[in-house]
Amino acid sequence: MIEKPAKGVTRRQLLLSSATTVAMGAAATAKAATIAGTPQWVPFDHNGPLHYDTPGWQYFTDEQAREVEAIVEQLIPADELSVSGKDAGCAVFIDRQLAGEYGTFARLYQEGPFQPGTAMQGDQSPLNPRQRYTLGLAGLTKYCQANFKKPFSGLGAEQRDATLAGLEKGTIALDGIDSPLFFQQVLGNTMEGFFADPIYGGNRDMVSWKLIGFPGARYDYRDYIGLHNQKLDLVPLSIVGSSAWTQKG
Amino acid sequence: MAKKLPSTDVVVVGLGWAGSIIANELADTGLNIIGFERGPWRDTARDFNVASAADELRYNRRQELMLRTRQNTCTMRNNASETALPLRSWGSFHPGNGTGGAGNHWAGIAFRFQPHEFRLHSYLTERYGKELPAELTLQDWGTDWEEMEPHYAAFDRLAGVSGKAGNIKGTLIDGGNPFEGPRSAEYPNPPTLQTYAPTLFAEAARNFGYKPFPVPSALVSQPYTNSLGVKMGPCTYCGFCTNYGCANYSKASAITTVLPALIRKPNFKAVTNAEVLKVVMDSTGTKATGVIYADANGEQFEQPAELVVVAAFIFENVRLMLLSGVGTPYDPVTNTGTTGRNYAYQTANNVRLFFDDKNFNPFIGGGAIGMGIDEFNNDNFDHSGLGFMGGGSTRVTPIGAAPIDSRPMPPGSPTWGKGWKQATVKNYLSSMSIGCEASSYSVRANYLSLDPTYSDPHGRPLLRITFDFPDNDRKMAKYCIGKVAEIAKSMNPREIVVSSQQGHWDSRPYQSSHIVGGFIMGANPGTSSVNKHLQVWGVPNLFVVGSSAFPQNPGYNPTGTVCALAFKAADAIRSRYLKRPGEMIPV
Amino acid sequence: MKASLSMCAGVLGLAIGYAHAGTGADSYNLVEKGRYLATLGDCTACHTLPGKPLFSGGVVLDTPFGKLLGANITPDPVHGIGRWSFEDFQNVMSKGHSPGDKRLYGAMPFTAYTKVSREDNQALWAYLQTVDPSDNAVETNQLPFPFNVRASLIGWNLLNFTQGEYQPDPQKSAQWNRGAYLVQGLGHCGTCHTPKNLTGGDKNGQFLQGANLQGWVAPDLTANNHSGIGSWRPEDIVQYLKTGANRFDVASGPMAEEVEHSSQHWQDEDLMAVAVYLKDFANPAEVPKPLAANDPTMKAGQAIYADRCSACHISKGQGVEGLFPTLANAPLVNNADASSMIRVVLSGSRAGATDAAPTAPAMPSFGWNLSDDNVAAVVTYVRNSWGNAAAPVTSSEVKNLREQLQVK
Repeated sequence: MIEKPAKGVTRRQLLLSSATTVAMGAAATAKAATIAGTPQWVPFDHNGPLHYDTPGWQYFTDEQAREVEAIVEQLIPADELSVSGKDAGCAVFIDRQLAGEYGTFARLYQEGPFQPGTAMQGDQSPLNPRQRYTLGLAGLTKYCQANFKKPFSGLGAEQRDATLAGLEKGTIALDGIDSPLFFQQVLGNTMEGFFADPIYGGNRDMVSWKLIGFPGARYDYRDYIGLHNQKLDLVPLSIVGSSAWTQKG
Repeated sequence: MAKKLPSTDVVVVGLGWAGSIIANELADTGLNIIGFERGPWRDTARDFNVASAADELRYNRRQELMLRTRQNTCTMRNNASETALPLRSWGSFHPGNGTGGAGNHWAGIAFRFQPHEFRLHSYLTERYGKELPAELTLQDWGTDWEEMEPHYAAFDRLAGVSGKAGNIKGTLIDGGNPFEGPRSAEYPNPPTLQTYAPTLFAEAARNFGYKPFPVPSALVSQPYTNSLGVKMGPCTYCGFCTNYGCANYSKASAITTVLPALIRKPNFKAVTNAEVLKVVMDSTGTKATGVIYADANGEQFEQPAELVVVAAFIFENVRLMLLSGVGTPYDPVTNTGTTGRNYAYQTANNVRLFFDDKNFNPFIGGGAIGMGIDEFNNDNFDHSGLGFMGGGSTRVTPIGAAPIDSRPMPPGSPTWGKGWKQATVKNYLSSMSIGCEASSYSVRANYLSLDPTYSDPHGRPLLRITFDFPDNDRKMAKYCIGKVAEIAKSMNPREIVVSSQQGHWDSRPYQSSHIVGGFIMGANPGTSSVNKHLQVWGVPNLFVVGSSAFPQNPGYNPTGTVCALAFKAADAIRSRYLKRPGEMIPV
Repeated sequence: MKASLSMCAGVLGLAIGYAHAGTGADSYNLVEKGRYLATLGDCTACHTLPGKPLFSGGVVLDTPFGKLLGANITPDPVHGIGRWSFEDFQNVMSKGHSPGDKRLYGAMPFTAYTKVSREDNQALWAYLQTVDPSDNAVETNQLPFPFNVRASLIGWNLLNFTQGEYQPDPQKSAQWNRGAYLVQGLGHCGTCHTPKNLTGGDKNGQFLQGANLQGWVAPDLTANNHSGIGSWRPEDIVQYLKTGANRFDVASGPMAEEVEHSSQHWQDEDLMAVAVYLKDFANPAEVPKPLAANDPTMKAGQAIYADRCSACHISKGQGVEGLFPTLANAPLVNNADASSMIRVVLSGSRAGATDAAPTAPAMPSFGWNLSDDNVAAVVTYVRNSWGNAAAPVTSSEVKNLREQLQVK
């Protein structure tokens, strides 16, 4: 009643079947379990991250993916510091997130009545992330077609920036969704994709971590904590691994 | 109808810090105990793999260790004239789920409250008389330092708290916190190592004549075998701490300190993925006869018991009492009733410093790694003529800097585009923050009640929070952060950004999970819900333990006191109640 | 609550437990001694399934020849040993013959139990009489042809079995002799720790020099100070057997089960006797030369170690006493056979929990996270760093073990 198993897929099954795309299962599907004595530990069990290894868009249509790539390329542009959000894989990240548990806000309270509140009361939108993207992208395309006779992806950099700024400020209205809500949703997910562990499809080659000097998923700084005010130049580490693991020579 | 199960001696609701401690203490008496946990079984060996524990998206953004709001949440409003709306995702605070509870993802800061806190109303009245702001509804706890200290010491030994004593049996010791209450013994472990930011802060604070000390840490500084024989490994300063589980047995929590010993005891069993729906009362309303719980399929069971201990997170403690009809619901208009009374929070403030010439390596750290000063906390300074009471713990605790959430930049910086990227790179390694975790004093208008509209998947009303920061606390925040800003400026940063709690309570940004009150302890049954043994007034076989018992919140993190209260309740049950069941303090 | 209060006294349960143990004080003491001897022998390991009645049998032993099941040894007249006489039991222990002259397979370690004194067998027998009878029927022999033909055991016994009680060595102390009696007899340490010949018998010329069984390395227990326990003090051995952990190592795999079921309950003087005996087992070490630190495999292994291992085992392999095994200068690391190391990296391993050390920490599984090359590199690095020296591990060894373990 509390947890409905989503299509009966467990974390372990998902990870074992990495060759195919499987919808994500809610983590805990157990009935009340009585535990006495040291609980069973299973060899090879590892409670790893849920992720997709399959190539290709998992949630977006090709058109949606093209528009999202155009947006993330503008939010995080390529320059002398790093590649763009698109080339870092932010759109792929968002696609995987929407395909999974997050896409439907499966963990969150979604009971009505939905009513607008004060800013202090937080996000009260009845729309889940999938709906936000579907409506927002459709609204954006409609707006751009009406004003520029092109989709967002067909606009030049200045027009793109102006359009995004209009969404952020709410000066451009979209059909079907509050434009700042849509903008903040995309911006938040883009930043997640740029800075999250590469195992989720974004932050390719740990590009953002190299950019800012974050060494990633390291778990032991005892040998470094005493080195105050010094640049450490540590090779970044992902859940997936590190370039230093490969034998050279 | 709930299926009735065979009776047991003791039921404990919640297997976080408080419930696990009490269950373990009572298990030593030979009583048969069942612990109920609404979330899954969690333990380090099965849940936290060193290769995947450092995952910001999973644990910090998607909040895997936290209670799903879908399973249970609260509604909130700033005042009684508003319609409360549900918290659909967690922002301001982070309730936990599963064995270990919020103790799995806590920061590990293990302060004790000060002696004067336990008789705060009497103490401030004696010292300031009419200057005590009329809006405050502060109360005494009905206990005192001498009664609390042994239980704090028990928690220190359980969690291996690492730090430096400032006061042992009345003798002040250099390097420790001179404002702490007299301790019976030094901390079980020495302080942790420090990164650059707290070191720099401590130096600046010392120049002002303040007395910086290492923040007491339940992330252990060295290998430790605790009072139950359970072993902990030294903290590695990995920086994936607050909001994460610990993969190398360094962060004290019920799963790393209590449950390995408790689960071996043949007279204890844990029932997980089981949500307790209510405490069953007999027809007289003076005796608890057990609990009703639902398993993950929604099937309901009644578990009869001779003794019921409710030790869930504060919200669930208070909600279970309201749902079970224990005590009279608090009415803010008449200021009568006790269940839901004196709800308070923590007033979060900070100063952020931006430098050009420093490298803090902010990714190194942990939730409780840091240095603090207490000169502006609670009543450690003279409040005469200031127009407010209270204060805050000032400290630098580099908790880590995983970059989805931790990318400080000055206000006005672009949030996207080329300028955003430049500002991000410029400030990531060269910024630090001084926090001031300040007191939250109770007032009549802040309280907890059942929501009239929104309900959980079992159809039970959600808990409704009515809260805003009182004028007293805003004045206090402004004063204290001014003092912190003086220290910050002396460190010669390029820029400082001062944030003190001035507006309404905002449920969106994380502030702290230090939520207190609603089923408070005291000496008077008319204004409190439990006596100093955490025993419910008028229902002697029901104990409710947690921060729900705090009548207000001082400028310290609450976990050490929650755990001390758990030891205190267990001690009272063992040494007094079991010998003579009944009211331990006559009404 | 009144009923519960009387339970707090805590002694009632014990009295009931011993109610049918006999009448006189002598019989009581004999049964108590037998209970302890059964613990020394770890009889439950093969004769009790978790959650099932004591000694009702059914534990499956995978041998290289097929499956054998632990027998029901409760006093049930049909399914257990209720119709046996003491002499029948003595024959099982000393000769490996059960009633009807049925020869037992070597999985029942009678090659060790033959050393047990008749007096101790009497106590064991007295204790077994007090156990609740169970009607659990167990077909012990599930071997395929031809191994299921018990007559084949005549030849096996000729090759591998020397009958006879332990004979004390008059040149040695009583403590040493007690240790030898326990190690060679009820403790049956050699069952796992002595290399096996082709028929599964012990190579007695290499007593306790370590063996590989079920994909685990049972380490060298001799005083060899490279791959044996030469650097352990007797107190370290006692602590390891008592708690499952000491300042060097933490028991895992089958040894964790042994500590949980058996040696944590041994008396301290018996554990010390074992330690004194084992420390007297000289066995000169042949120490290979370690790989150079700048070897490419070593460099890759060092990086993997820093990223995946050092958080627990510390950057120079120091470990944490009782929690994370020391890897520097460690006997098991130096063992010529790296199977256990590869295995715990791939599948993880949970340490045993004892009353004295309840933590039960786990080595997490890295099989999902590290490739065969990665595992080979990091294990090779550990085996050739901080005073260790042992043969490098190849990717194909890792691949083979991975396949073998994942089939199970």
